[in-house]
Amino acid sequence: MSTQDQTVGLLDNLALDLASGAVEVVDLTHTLDPDFPVIILPPEFGQCARFRMEEVSRYDARGPAWHWHNFSCGEHTGTHFDAPIHWVSGRDLPHNTVDSLPVQKLVGRVCVIDCEAETAADEDYEMDRAKIEAFEAEHGKIPPQSWVLMRTGWSKRRGADYVNLREDGAHSPGPATEAVRFLVDERDIIGFGTECIGTDSGQAAHADPPYPAHYILHGAGRYGLQCLNGLDRLPPTGAILLAAPLKIKHGTGSPLRVLALVPAAG
Amino acid sequence: MAEIGESRLPQPVKKNPQLKTAAPLVPPLRRSRLGLRLAGFAARGEFCLPFCSACEKAVWPPRDACPTCLAELAWQEVGNQGQLIAESVLETSPELYFRGRMPWRIGTVRLACGPSIMAHLHQQVQVGEQVEMGLHLDKAQRAVFMAYKNREGGSVNEDSQLRELTSDPKYRRVLISDARSPAGLALAKALAGAEAREIFAGVAESWRRDAVLDALEALDHVTLVPLDLTDSSSVKELAAEIGGKVDILIHTADQPRPGGLLDGSSLTIAQEMQDRLVTGYMRLASHFGPAMRGRGADGVNSATAFVTILSVYAHANWPSYGTHSACHAAVYSLSQCLRSEMLGSGVRVVNAYTGPLEQDWYESVLPPKLDPQRLARDLIKGLQQGLEDIYIGDVARDVASRFREDAKLLEIELTGGARE
Amino acid sequence: MAQARANYEGVVLTAPMSLPYQRFSNQSAHWWLLGCLREMLASVAVRPDEIDGLTVSSFTLHPDSAVGFAQHSGLDLRWLEHIPMGGASGIVALQRAARAVQCGDANIIACLAGDTNQLDSFRQTLSRFSNFSNDAAWPDGSGGANGYFALLTDYYMRRFDTPREVFGKIAVDQRSNALLLEGAMMTRPLSLEAYLSARMIASPLGLFDCVMPCAGSESFLVMSEETARQRQLPFVRIKAVMEHHNAFASDPVQFRGGWQKEQDRFWRDAGCSPPDMNLIQTYDDYPVISVMQMEDLGFFPKGEAADFLMSRDLTWQGDFPHNTSGGQLSAGQAGAAGGFIGLVEAVRQLTGQAGKRQVAAARLGLVSGFGMVNYDRGVCSGAAVLEGAV
Repeated sequence: MSTQDQTVGLLDNLALDLASGAVEVVDLTHTLDPDFPVIILPPEFGQCARFRMEEVSRYDARGPAWHWHNFSCGEHTGTHFDAPIHWVSGRDLPHNTVDSLPVQKLVGRVCVIDCEAETAADEDYEMDRAKIEAFEAEHGKIPPQSWVLMRTGWSKRRGADYVNLREDGAHSPGPATEAVRFLVDERDIIGFGTECIGTDSGQAAHADPPYPAHYILHGAGRYGLQCLNGLDRLPPTGAILLAAPLKIKHGTGSPLRVLALVPAAG
Repeated sequence: MAEIGESRLPQPVKKNPQLKTAAPLVPPLRRSRLGLRLAGFAARGEFCLPFCSACEKAVWPPRDACPTCLAELAWQEVGNQGQLIAESVLETSPELYFRGRMPWRIGTVRLACGPSIMAHLHQQVQVGEQVEMGLHLDKAQRAVFMAYKNREGGSVNEDSQLRELTSDPKYRRVLISDARSPAGLALAKALAGAEAREIFAGVAESWRRDAVLDALEALDHVTLVPLDLTDSSSVKELAAEIGGKVDILIHTADQPRPGGLLDGSSLTIAQEMQDRLVTGYMRLASHFGPAMRGRGADGVNSATAFVTILSVYAHANWPSYGTHSACHAAVYSLSQCLRSEMLGSGVRVVNAYTGPLEQDWYESVLPPKLDPQRLARDLIKGLQQGLEDIYIGDVARDVASRFREDAKLLEIELTGGARE
Repeated sequence: MAQARANYEGVVLTAPMSLPYQRFSNQSAHWWLLGCLREMLASVAVRPDEIDGLTVSSFTLHPDSAVGFAQHSGLDLRWLEHIPMGGASGIVALQRAARAVQCGDANIIACLAGDTNQLDSFRQTLSRFSNFSNDAAWPDGSGGANGYFALLTDYYMRRFDTPREVFGKIAVDQRSNALLLEGAMMTRPLSLEAYLSARMIASPLGLFDCVMPCAGSESFLVMSEETARQRQLPFVRIKAVMEHHNAFASDPVQFRGGWQKEQDRFWRDAGCSPPDMNLIQTYDDYPVISVMQMEDLGFFPKGEAADFLMSRDLTWQGDFPHNTSGGQLSAGQAGAAGGFIGLVEAVRQLTGQAGKRQVAAARLGLVSGFGMVNYDRGVCSGAAVLEGAV
């Protein structure tokens, strides 16, 4: 067989595995609905638009044979993607918007680091470099151009518990500065994802630099994923992540369907 | 005594890029409450003065009681004929606005209805002559008087003092925000007739071809420009390109649709209407306003007016077109806000109020309905007169006078008061 | 028939004082008034604690009125008046104070007038002068008093066929008088040619028809004749006083004033007539107003100023001495002090204290006041005949 045949065959095998269930498609996305919490910023700043839907017609006088809605939301509402231009550190990088970034990067290997225990003990848990090294000791070095996701179980929370806002701000887990630096500088990740609203921890405003995940990731042209769901269905390694934001002109991010291809257990 | 000038209006010239643009200055603002009231009449072009019905004469300056018999006074429309009995040409003034506009001609007119009134003088008039008195809003949005020989004469708008008191399209560049609207095409034609120098015809979605677009493209002095009022980047880009050239902005966008609150009307249509009419107005004002505001004193073709065509039901809801009326009410309120923010810039915020137009979305409405040609003609006339509130057509005038007489009664009438 | 007016016997004016005027001053009106008071009291050896009555006239004293000024000055008073009548303030202050002394309401009354002139004072005063001017006059070109009086002058010239030369004559002769006044704002001689060819301010008014606003103050004392004699102060008696406000309101443009209404009674009270005057001081914000006062007080018939004035010499040494210190047209207009300048100068002349410009054998003097162009005309008018003590 020629190389082309081998390539075609490669995907063909995947198609067969998908059809048979040998490869599962796992949905890592929260449903976009009006009640899903969004990030809260100080009142004098522009706020994140909530997801809203309005029916245009439903097989009625407004449109007899069809049913459709208008919807509106922010670029960063619900399960969403952050492009480098979203943060000040990434504003001048080439291909830094959702419509210009290389689509090759939107499909890739994914490593999932389990921090559920630490988070259960401490809502403000910050994943440090040591935790990553411990992961690698068990599961092997994180390959270059991988996605890395921080699993915390946070997606099981609802409402006020999910936002977890107190008088001094939000309290939710995220990566420590040194961890982000390590992943970007020494592991060349495509992007980083979390189950919380935001790739940074809830108290990250007080870190140095403030919001280190956003600052370092986007300053290095890497991407972010947040409000992920169902990370407990992924193996620590071995899955493939598909995370393609909408192709919005000069967009800084978008809500998206995050999927993973997972070899079925057993 | 004073010389009568024969100046015709100078043609606008290309701005010298090395010279600073003249900053807008304001004539005196301070008035008593009674004095402020006169501005309301000037806004509508009504010649009203305080009047004593016991003495049967008008009184000026405005007072709280008749100076002859102490009776209470009431404002009413009075005759504007009089005689010019004294004049002076001012060569100097401590007020910056006038200081930069010397010489400035003033006079004393003895009105037939009683008082002597100090007024600006049109270059037509000489002492001893019979004159007509006009009431105008100056650049401080306050009322002042001007004496003319003949208001309707063709060359009356050639006077430079009068040009300060009006928003004449002659020699000016006009942006029509939605040239596709029924008013839009009629205005484009009529403005050319009023000697506007250039007309920018704003058109959204130019990929949608129709007869109106073809007609616009065929007109002289008209340039089609992309303008989508629902798209902030569209408004922003156009303002960046031509904002410094818009002397008069005429906002013609409308989306008349019947419907109220309980009749199952589409909320998405109402949302579009709001976005286009209300948020659209905010987009237009925020992007074009600043540039216009800086050019209020910029020569013979200074920026002079931000005009909006509003439904007269902005004043009181017409339930058959309930959500439509509400959108216009919102724009009306915003226009008042804009008027305040434009104060001192020399740019007037002008509203032209109409009843239903002769167009498809009003086909079930009984006449009288307004013909777009008439709308265009009367709007331009209102600008030439320097009005701030232009009521066009029979319905608009009728509704407006009922509103002023008793707003609640109008509401009762509109919400079904005449039902058996 | 109206009750006859009481005479002014037993009351006199003394202690004329003026502070030298300044074009601009960053001092307050209080400073100018107190300075004049201080100099005046020093000149006649009267102590502040001997002053028990006060009148104050000023445009730039706000937010204080006479009350604020009284506390500021430290005077302890039985009688206090605020007189906001502009150019008629001097006559009115004189009248109010004289009656108070006559009735025993106060013994020694200081009458003060003055204003500061900071860089924007003039425009600020004009632009908020009155309700009527805000509503009906200032917005029309903001010519201010120059504009309003230009219209008045234009009307007068047309109606009475009066050429500019007549007004020029007044301005020119006053300038000659001012050349002998130390501290006059205008110091160069003025010819009729220069007057006629000067640039227009507001047609038909040219540069020399208009006063120069400045800072300054004027004052005098009113007391009983007995007190003046005890203290050996030169004094002046009051033969007659008139005031009249808002006269002829229905005239379309002002061409006559309240003096005309009071003329007959006034001269009857005075016991003399216009030709008996050795000098006259009129309120001269504009020459046309001086003419109006002369006409309405009976010096010549209305409209005949040319015949009367052109053949006379209005300087201090002439046959019709008028505004012998130069008037406001040459000395400057120090706000409300303009309503006192003629009166104070008359007191000087009639007590032989006018130095180089002393009118010979000055015994009787007429002082006239005109004030407060609330909108398009002066509302207040007043006049007094004063007699120097022999």
